[in-house]
Amino acid sequence: MTRPELLRPELLRPELLRVEGVTKAYPGVVANSDVSFSISEGEIHALLGENGAGKSTLVKMIYGLVKPDSGRMTLRGAAYTPAEPRAARASGVAMVFQHFSLFEALNVAENVALGMENPPPMKELASRIKAVSEEYGLPLDPARMVGDLSAGERQRVEIVRCLLQDPKLLIMDEPTSVLTPQEVDILFRTLRQLSAEGTAILYISHKLEEIRTLCDEATILRRGKVVATCTPRERSAREMAELMIGATLTPPERAGGTKGATALEVVDLSVASPIPFGTSLKNVSFKVAKGEVLGIAGVAGNGQDELLLALSGEVRAARDAVKIDGAGVGHTGTNERRALGLVAAPEERLGHAAAPDMSLVENALLSGALRKGLTRNGFIDWGKTEAFAAGIVKDFDVRTPGTHVAARALSGGNLQKFVVGRELSQTPTVIVINQPTWGVDAAAAASIRQAILDRAAGGAAVVVISQDLDELLEIADSFAALNEGRLTRPRPVAGLTIDEIGLMMGGAHGMEVAHHAH
Amino acid sequence: MLRLEKRPSPSRFWQGATPVLAVVLTMIAGGLMFAALGKNPFEAIRTIFWDPLFHPQFADYSRPQLLVKAGPLILIAIGLSLGFRAGIWNIGAEGQYIMGALFGAGVGLAFYPADLWFIFPLMVIAGAFGGWIWAMIPAILRTKFNTNEILVSLLMVYIAQNFLSSMSLGLLRNPEGGGFPGSRNLSQYPAASNPELIAGTGMHWGVIAAFMAVIAAYILLQRHILGFHIKLAGQAPRAARYAGVNPTGLVLLCMGISGALAGLAGLFEVSGPAGQISIDFNVGYGFTAIIVAFLGRLNPIGILLAGLLMALTYIGGELAQFMLGLPAAAIQAFQGMLLFFLLAVDLLSNYRIRPALKKEAI
Repeated sequence: MTRPELLRPELLRPELLRVEGVTKAYPGVVANSDVSFSISEGEIHALLGENGAGKSTLVKMIYGLVKPDSGRMTLRGAAYTPAEPRAARASGVAMVFQHFSLFEALNVAENVALGMENPPPMKELASRIKAVSEEYGLPLDPARMVGDLSAGERQRVEIVRCLLQDPKLLIMDEPTSVLTPQEVDILFRTLRQLSAEGTAILYISHKLEEIRTLCDEATILRRGKVVATCTPRERSAREMAELMIGATLTPPERAGGTKGATALEVVDLSVASPIPFGTSLKNVSFKVAKGEVLGIAGVAGNGQDELLLALSGEVRAARDAVKIDGAGVGHTGTNERRALGLVAAPEERLGHAAAPDMSLVENALLSGALRKGLTRNGFIDWGKTEAFAAGIVKDFDVRTPGTHVAARALSGGNLQKFVVGRELSQTPTVIVINQPTWGVDAAAAASIRQAILDRAAGGAAVVVISQDLDELLEIADSFAALNEGRLTRPRPVAGLTIDEIGLMMGGAHGMEVAHHAH
Repeated sequence: MLRLEKRPSPSRFWQGATPVLAVVLTMIAGGLMFAALGKNPFEAIRTIFWDPLFHPQFADYSRPQLLVKAGPLILIAIGLSLGFRAGIWNIGAEGQYIMGALFGAGVGLAFYPADLWFIFPLMVIAGAFGGWIWAMIPAILRTKFNTNEILVSLLMVYIAQNFLSSMSLGLLRNPEGGGFPGSRNLSQYPAASNPELIAGTGMHWGVIAAFMAVIAAYILLQRHILGFHIKLAGQAPRAARYAGVNPTGLVLLCMGISGALAGLAGLFEVSGPAGQISIDFNVGYGFTAIIVAFLGRLNPIGILLAGLLMALTYIGGELAQFMLGLPAAAIQAFQGMLLFFLLAVDLLSNYRIRPALKKEAI
């Protein structure tokens, strides 16, 4: 584990991959324009940029999923033009995707076998999985069903699958977005071990502190172009953020509003998950006062979606499990709760918060019909609905050619602004939002957070469910975490340490022993 | 090679143009089929599409038939289209049509030979009820036990057909019919009959009901929150739940409306053009209406036009059988082609076809 910090290993090690002047354009957008960088053997290289900066396109080209329009790549000095991922893997390039491609109803060994060209017999594979996973401090039981694994363990399946192919270059796309802080530590130790053994790692992220602790070099992308390269240890997170965004950031302002009476109370809420392999909620209890922002953290898949459904009214529970201003509403549906002032914005924008093929006007009607009085005797007032949609577009700076375009034509960030704006524009008294800024660029994220804080300052009770700890610490007054469907007791944010937060999120899921051997 | 590229928004032009293109492609492919059968394709196409309306000899008979045949098709298709929009697949309109006719005719015949003003309105209610109750069986099985409404509603058609034979041989058989199967002729029982309202047009109460259904469905889908919820449930079921749509209620509503309208179509048919309950009373309107609903793009105005077009191919098809000796199966294949091409070219409204210039790994 010890590493000679004085030596710059990248100066001593031979070059592994060089990317020169690579350009890739899609209809209407240039994803990568004249991008160049190189990685040495054993180097941990960060690819840093906002959503839509072109990181994914770049690594897809390296992994053979996308073919560049121009430019060239060399691997160990030889021309490298992978026609498909199989060719990339044969050359020693492996990739762990942000979204796992695993079958929940199969066990670990079967899942690994499915991703291999010539899988060995199951028994042999199982023992190899055990050996590799222990060597790298990623314990895995090959016989366990993937559906029963935590997100962190699923990621280990993907990593072990790559390691079995003995890669020279390992690409990791936002690997820590599904991990607790303790799990992040374990992953970083594994990555450093790999690096010490000579495997280069291309690490994609927008989390700056992580990159500062882990990476040797960083290439920063903005709008498809390389805007800077730097050594992350020598830069502050703020400096890198400003390089990434190309502007100075203003953190949201807090009015420090006074807390009022309890607006939303959840008492011993237990509901079965409506989603296959979902997480049922178990005895969830919390209170949110008027003007308070409760942040709920947790690794993905620990009951966040289910909590939103149970609060919005899409999944019903016992009458007194959910109370708005003291009135039991657990048994009612979404519109009864909207009538009492509760609005909810689910995580999935297309298909849940908005209908992809419907226009913004129709999508404004979707949840706004009741509180904005857009219907009379059931007949829709399209003029009023259109004005409502136009108001959201204007107030929340939604970039769209008009209100009559289909929701799916908007970029993720713009649609998120529209969805959040639609809910916040309904003069709510209780706001529940799951992943308010997921996939949204930094400027838009800041404006969404500001809008949420403004509503809280105006007396609304707010529940923000998020996997972005920085976001929660920035806007929440109190903090709780979901872990396997259970919610910890909410605590004031002031004075919480990152270690305490990690333990609230469930620690390292039984991985504490992982690196004892090393 | 060609490749498909998804459009950012559905093309309004192609949404309107695909039905026309489908009709043209059907004429071409159908013409080839007729040619392969040894008939003159141009003559066959003309016989199907032109002669029923303008032939000097036959048009007087066949022109009113247009409304007679289009009426039930449109009425049933309007009901089906609401469910199809919501992702609820009632394939059993034929059975609901039969049950509507049986319930309606049964009520009418129960009063025979009384001459009371309320008999026909009562039959209308009974007909709608018959279709509704028959559609409720697959609807409730789906909402309670999560059965597949496509299979159940389809299988209910065969039960209805057996019920129809049993009724025309037993309970509803004309006691003065000399033992032949079939009920009394309702068209000869004025209190229970649905006559042609304007001589020589084919217009009867069922056609009026069909036009009213078109207008009501148009308003429902364009202006009413219920129509919005129906569309939403079909396009994005999770968003519909989020919007507060009750999925169970929607299944019952859509199945109920389509069943009731199919039942009405059956009632108007049995009391009007068909005249009596008989073993072979149903001629497939319930199934053809599925084609009409899709040909009309599940849009009420489109269904109105598609119903008229489909009725034309029926009448023209009969004419072609009779004049050119085309086999009935060829006419059915021709109608099938229409649906096939429609579904195929429908792709164009959401995708555009581009030549694949470069080979790209996918």
